[in-house]
Amino acid sequence: MGKYVARRLFGMIPVAFLISVIAFGLLYLLPGDPAMAILGEERVGNKAAYQALRAQLGLDAPIYVQYGRWLANLLHGDMGTSIRTNEPIAQMVTRRLPITIELGILAVLLGAAIALPTAVISAVRPGSKLDILGTLFAMGGVAMPSFWLGILLIFLLSLWLRLLPPSGYVSPLENFGANLKMMIMPCIAMGTSLAAVIMRQARSALIEVLEEDYITTARSKGLKEKAVVGRHALKNALIPVVTVIGLQVGHILGGAVVTETVFAVPGLGRLLVDSIFFRDYPVVQAAVLIMAFGVLVSSLATDLLYAYLDPKIKYA
Amino acid sequence: MRLPRSALKSRLAGTAFLIAMAVTLIALFADVLSPYDPLRQDYSAYLQPPSRAHLLGTDSLGRDILARIIYGSRVSLAVGVIAVGIAVAIGASVGLASGYCGGRVDNVLMRIVDAIWTFPSLVLALSMAAALGPGIDKVMIAVGVVYIPAFARLVRGQTLSVREREFVMAARALGADDLRLVIRHIWPNVTGPTVVQASLNVATAIITEASLSFLGVGVRPPAPSWGSMLKLGYQYMEVAPWMSIFPGLAIFITVLAFNLAGDGLREALDPRMARRR
Repeated sequence: MGKYVARRLFGMIPVAFLISVIAFGLLYLLPGDPAMAILGEERVGNKAAYQALRAQLGLDAPIYVQYGRWLANLLHGDMGTSIRTNEPIAQMVTRRLPITIELGILAVLLGAAIALPTAVISAVRPGSKLDILGTLFAMGGVAMPSFWLGILLIFLLSLWLRLLPPSGYVSPLENFGANLKMMIMPCIAMGTSLAAVIMRQARSALIEVLEEDYITTARSKGLKEKAVVGRHALKNALIPVVTVIGLQVGHILGGAVVTETVFAVPGLGRLLVDSIFFRDYPVVQAAVLIMAFGVLVSSLATDLLYAYLDPKIKYA
Repeated sequence: MRLPRSALKSRLAGTAFLIAMAVTLIALFADVLSPYDPLRQDYSAYLQPPSRAHLLGTDSLGRDILARIIYGSRVSLAVGVIAVGIAVAIGASVGLASGYCGGRVDNVLMRIVDAIWTFPSLVLALSMAAALGPGIDKVMIAVGVVYIPAFARLVRGQTLSVREREFVMAARALGADDLRLVIRHIWPNVTGPTVVQASLNVATAIITEASLSFLGVGVRPPAPSWGSMLKLGYQYMEVAPWMSIFPGLAIFITVLAFNLAGDGLREALDPRMARRR
């Protein structure tokens, strides 16, 4: 296992390097000079401001030197400073990231809480009315844009029924109850499509497992169906489900960008959107980079967890 | 036990295919079908609820929502189809080269593909679209790039298995060069799964475009796009919920139709999948 972990970690290096190149290169997609794009048409006439920004961004050096400096700083934990607020980017990210992580974890928990019982009901009697209902839910959940669901939830639960606050955020350390209340709608908006994906995977995995010989043996021993499904089948069917959840991290982070915008949650996704509109490109680069690394690390963790959970997997 | 389900699924796929066709026709004949000019502002009729004159109501500038949804289908489908076209063209070429050449070429190409794949698709599309600037062509490129890895990986995998098949070896023995082998013998055998993947990706590309427009980096206003209609509707949710409900419904129905049609296509092309899904 140790060898396998080392090999996977080693294999991550070129991908991590390329990720950093892409995130850095985003700034150079801007038409013309990045400093010009950041300042905008209205302020580009101001030579002093333009030169100052060029110097701040280090644009005088050749591009590979700029990248080298950026990477070296990054490896020392220095992501640069925000053009808009002059605040160190690392500090901004540290403040915002836990909020996005909280939202992501709660959305996954909600998604799994909806998906697993639905998948069991569907898989136990494939083709039944309940199975068809479950499948329709999964199809609808995938097609539903999370921002539309968010808007509908605000309309229904906040504006019409006045049950929940429409937007905003309170830290759980400050007021746990208020935090949960504010997280309900964003979690439903993000968790529904996750539930759909998890449900589809869990249903097909369960159907497959329920056809295995050891399940027939368990049944023939006289075990109750509840024990057969709960203790024997579900355990094995959960392995591919864990993988699917692990592979949804990119989807969750993308979902966080729109969900945080709809519900005014000050997470990393909202920081990315705000920075785009304020042309704060160093922050955009940092946010994009962190999200990509989040996906990279989670896919490694998923692989390792999968190898740990499924003894049939060889590390060779 | 499975029969009713598969029958239902094929009926669903058939209906979905018809809906997808209908949306395509609406987009093609938008100027004939639309009751109003989607850009025409009528300040005497702003924020009107659905009525006989305006079947789906009007927005805050007095524009007819139905007309804007009809014209918006053009943006959604054009971005969906062209972005996926870009992704197929580049992704399939990379996949073919990678799978056929193997070795170092495969290693380098696949690491690049892995790196792009690692970026959350919406995040990469959003930051690229923002950097490239407004315009439907930029959105198509940004969304297209995001889906390149899906096609590169799929086509590479298929190429790896097809290149070992007897008919490829026979063609090679007969003296066919590499280019001919790839274009005439390998590519025709990987198009099936690619078409299925493409039809499913059109659906996700439509959602991605709508998300970009909703966030404000997509198609430039006042051009009608479902995502930007939702963005405007969001601000008037309390007084004019129809501004948000109908464009969202248009996205939902279109994406659902393309997804189901793609699923149906996959099952028709690969009956082994049908049992599992």
